[in-house]
Formats: sequence, structure tokens, C-alpha cells
Amino acid sequence: MTQGKASPDTEPSAARSAWGPRLGWDRGALARRITALPVPAKWTLIGAFVVFLYALPLLEIPILSTPDTDFGAVLFTVASYVLVALGLNVVLGYAGLLDLGYVGFYAIGAYTVAVFGSLQAQLSWWLLIPMAVVFTTISGVLLGAPTLRVRGDYLAIVTLGFGEIIRLTALNTDWLGAAKGITGVPRPPSVELFEIPHLQWEGATAVIDLDDTTTFLVFGVADQAPYYWLALTVIFIVLGADRMLRLSRVGRAWEATREDEDAAELMGVPTFRFKLLAFASGAFIGGLSGALFASRQGFINPESFQLLLSILFVAAVVVGGAGNRWGVIMGAIVVAYLPERFRGFEEWRLLVFGMALLILANFRPQGLIPPRRTRRAQAVDEQLEALEEGTDRV
Amino acid sequence: MSEIPVAEQPRAREGAALLSVDDVSIQFGGLKALDRVSFDVREGEILGLIGPNGAGKTTCFNVMTGVYQPTSGEVRFAGQPLGRRKRFAITRLGIARTFQNIRLFGNMTALENVLVGADAHHRTNVVDALFRSPRHRREEREGEQTARDVMRFLGLERKADELARNLSYGDQRRLEIARAMATKPKLLCLDEPAAGFNPAEKAQLMDLIRRIRDRGLTVLLIEHDMSLVMGVSDRVAVLEFGRKIAEGSPAEVRNDPAVIAAYLGTEVDDLDDEEANL
Repeated sequence: MTQGKASPDTEPSAARSAWGPRLGWDRGALARRITALPVPAKWTLIGAFVVFLYALPLLEIPILSTPDTDFGAVLFTVASYVLVALGLNVVLGYAGLLDLGYVGFYAIGAYTVAVFGSLQAQLSWWLLIPMAVVFTTISGVLLGAPTLRVRGDYLAIVTLGFGEIIRLTALNTDWLGAAKGITGVPRPPSVELFEIPHLQWEGATAVIDLDDTTTFLVFGVADQAPYYWLALTVIFIVLGADRMLRLSRVGRAWEATREDEDAAELMGVPTFRFKLLAFASGAFIGGLSGALFASRQGFINPESFQLLLSILFVAAVVVGGAGNRWGVIMGAIVVAYLPERFRGFEEWRLLVFGMALLILANFRPQGLIPPRRTRRAQAVDEQLEALEEGTDRV
Repeated sequence: MSEIPVAEQPRAREGAALLSVDDVSIQFGGLKALDRVSFDVREGEILGLIGPNGAGKTTCFNVMTGVYQPTSGEVRFAGQPLGRRKRFAITRLGIARTFQNIRLFGNMTALENVLVGADAHHRTNVVDALFRSPRHRREEREGEQTARDVMRFLGLERKADELARNLSYGDQRRLEIARAMATKPKLLCLDEPAAGFNPAEKAQLMDLIRRIRDRGLTVLLIEHDMSLVMGVSDRVAVLEFGRKIAEGSPAEVRNDPAVIAAYLGTEVDDLDDEEANL
């Protein structure tokens, strides 16, 4: 590069160093604009969004809706993935423990509901959900107590084995239904209150369709919207809990352990205890999601808990941005929704899905919504790069 | 004139040993990293621990902070043997340390790093955090106050919201000290805090170490830089090949033939030059 060319070139690069971070990576411009709103406006906005989320299965929005499957069912699947991703985010995103057998907890939750609700006993659904959660949490502690002493790759291998062991145990134990699975899993108790009509779209205009209604609140077979509402409510509760833990001694201890386990221990963090806690919390949420899955499905067998599911869960967390709860929610939506949306492509859909993941991995390696720490670090890296470019030219 | 400052700075409340390293040996396979080392750190003093590379200084730190168990001998802190206490429990007892290679929580903010240290004595659990119990709120308030106070003491108050990995080298070193001080230690162990510092920064560091002692902390200092150790320490212990070869005031140690031999005479000579420069 000649001397003459260099000087006009430096100017845009200097401008980029000033603007680049602000345009691209400064912590969510949208989030900040919302935070800046006056309190009533903010809550109205958030309230409207929440109502929109609940109304989603009724709106039948043309582009969003899945033409080839019941949209309510897809929404439930997405919601249960979101729940799982939030749970795995505690383990993987906050505490930095690579758990490749997360489906094991999902399975234990589902099997608890199925075994004690149908196959071996007929307990009430209200009792089954807490039972499922308690069982998975205990299994999380039992798995974690011996295995959390190993680190990194070893932990991944042990958890991978755990997921498979749970599936194979279910497959080979008659008491657990073996290969044929368990039918008649209890559904959440219904209360018939009122009917809500869906919308029908003709081009850009929406008409209230009185023939197509959802009964509030009947958990049946045909209409899946109530299951989605249930899962969405659970998500909001889990999100609240997640926030509380994150902004406390517990969340800090998790992060410190992820960053440098030995240093954390020497700064007074009982790291083993906190890793176990992360594992148990993750198991709790995973089990809850599995329990909801089983009571929606009405039928489960070991096929529902393949290793692939564990990998998809990890993919959801990583694609979204491990460590950021909004990121992993986006990741779960991508991982769960895209294959359903493209069901029309038949055998191509997995290919399309795989390509979508590849594109994401290429263009957003840090995740769709990376945690604040990654964004800031990147901003600094970019600035440094710009500076280095600048000095190279001189 | 020079007598007055000496009189105003009574060198340690002599006597009471805060930490006793008693006949400690540690063996890694065939290598004796520490060989029957004994010394006391007295309450309120600055003890310098020096020695050539590989003399066992950091190993000594690691024994004191529970990273290694001594093969024989014991370490007592405020009269209590450390025994098989876990590392975090030793920190809670009141020994805090920094690291030779900086080991901050890089992706957390400076304030969060220090808060982790302040959390060492906190008991908030999941239930407290979920329901924002009075204990959670009290400890958060107390922790933030401790953290801000320590950061102000180290001149880091403006860096609170920076990510630790984005701080300058000197700030990272100071942040490590801040994080350790937030655990409210009685004994602060600094592992080569001046590594990579220029003379001006070293002078600042010496001043800082004295101010830390003036806050009532006892300081144990591992350092390569002779002028710094000799300038700031009340007493100095010298290790070589895992054995303690000398202990005493800087003046005594400096003229000890064994120490001069250990350093081949060169560094002690350099030291006099460096002091002349200061």
C-alpha cells in the first residue's frame, strides 16, 4: 500500500472504531430504549407483549403458523424446549458444566408422571408434578455428587453416559413399561370456563372465526393451546427464579466457578457445593419440562428420549448464546420451531435445519443474543483490531 | 530526623504469631519442594519471603492456603492447626492470597470480582435469593459496601463496571488485591505483586503495601524484586532449594553470607545500586 493511499483510508477505519461497537454490539439498543421509557409505558409494553404471547395460538398469524401441524402443538413443543434451554443454561451457561445427558432429567420427569400416574399407580396430576420435580432434583444430586469432581471433557462423557443409561434402563425394565412405553399418562385437570374464538385471515384482514374456538381451560387431545398456556406460565415463573438467582451470591458463585474454579475456591466459594446446586437446579427445570411433555403427550416410550435430544438441547443453548437467558430462549425457538415450520419440505427439513444452524454458527458464533460479557469483550477486541490496523498502516 | 518516623512506626506489635509454619516438608515424588521449613508471620508485620527461582516460595503459599497438604509438619493460623481444611474454609478463617499469574474472573466486572471475595463470609442460599429474604438483602448491601470501600482504597472505584479482562495490567494486579482484601483477611499473601511493574509502579506498590498493613492487616510478600522486599518488609525469610537459609531484619538478611551465596552475590550488589537510585 502506498503512502498516498494510506491517509484517506485511515479515516473510515477510525470512524468504524468509534461507531462499530455502538451500532453492532453495545448492549441491546432495543433493551436500553425500553428501559429508558417511563415506568407506566414500560409496563404497558411488557404487558402487551405477554398478552400477545398468550394469544399466539389464537391469532393464527399466517407466516408464523405452521401450515402442516397444529400450531398450538408446535407452540407447546417450542415452549418445552425453551424451558429445557433455561434449565440447561444454568448448568452450561452459568456454571460452565458441559452436560451432554440432559435428556436424562427430561426422561426422569416424564417417566415419573407416566409410571405413577398410569402404569403403577393412579396418583393425582397435582401430586405427580411435584414428585417428578423432586425425583429429578434428587437424581441430579446423585449424578452430580460423584461426577462433579471431574472436570471438562470427563464430565461431558459421564453425563453422556447418564442420558443413555436412563433411556436403556427404561427400555429394559418391564416395571417402567419397557419398549412398548406407557399409555394413558394423566393430563392436567380441566375446568371448563368459557370459549375463546380464533382469528381467521383472509389476506391482510383478520376475522373472528366463531366456529374455531378453544375452550378455556380444557386439556384435551385435539386442541393443544391450553398446554402451551400452561408451559408459558411455567416459563415465566422459571424466568423470575432465574433472575433472582443470577443477581445474588449464588449467581456470582456460579460465574466465578466457571471462570476459574481454583481461584473461586481460594476466594471462599465452596465450588463443589455450588456446582452441585447448579446441577440440581438444572435437573429441576429439565424434570419439570419432561413432566409437562408426558402429560401433554399422554404416551411415552424410550424412543422419545434419544441422545439426539440432548444434543439439540445443547445446540439450543449454544446457538442462542450460553449465559444469556433471552439468548437461550431464542436458541430454543430456533431449534424447536424451524423443523416444524419446514415440515412441508418433507425429507429436506432436517437438511434445511442443519443449514440454518451452520449459517448461525458462521455468522453468530457467539450466539444469537450473547451474554453481556461476550458482547463487551467483542467490542473491546474490535477496538483493538481497529487500533492495530491503524498502527500497521503508519 | 530519620529517627522520628521509625519511632512513629512501631515495627509490629511484636510477639503474637498469626501464622506459624512449623517444620513443614512437602514432597512431590522424588522432589522435596519444602524441607522442614519453619517460620512465623507475626501479627501486624510485613514479612518478605524471598529466594531464587524454584526455591519453594509459591509452594509455601500453596501449603498455607490449603492447595497442598504438607507431607509432614503443620501450619497453624491464630493458634489453630489448618489440618485438612478445605481451601474456601481457610479463606474464611482469614488467609487471602493473590496469584503469581493473574487469575481474575475475566468475564465478570471488576465489582463482581470483588463481590465474590466479599461473599466469602455470606450465607445466602437459593431460598434466600429466590425470595429476596432479609438475609439476602442485608448481605448484598454489606457486600457492595465492602467491595466499593476496598476498590476505593485501591483506586479502582472508576473501574467498577469494566470487565476484569479489559482492565490494564496494573489495574488487574490491584483488582486481585482488592478481591483478596474483600474476603476480610487477617493475613494477606501477595505472590509477586510487582511482576511486570516499572519503578514508578513499584514505588506506588510499596506505599500500598504499607497502607494495607496500616489498615490492620498482616502481609506476607513473595517477591523477586529485592529493592521492593528490602524496602517494605519488617522481616525477611529466605528460602533456597526448599530450605529456609536465613530470617531476620532486611539489614541482617542482606549481610548474611548464606543469602549472598544463594544469590551469587550479584543481586545483593544490584540491590545497593537500586536503592541508591530510589
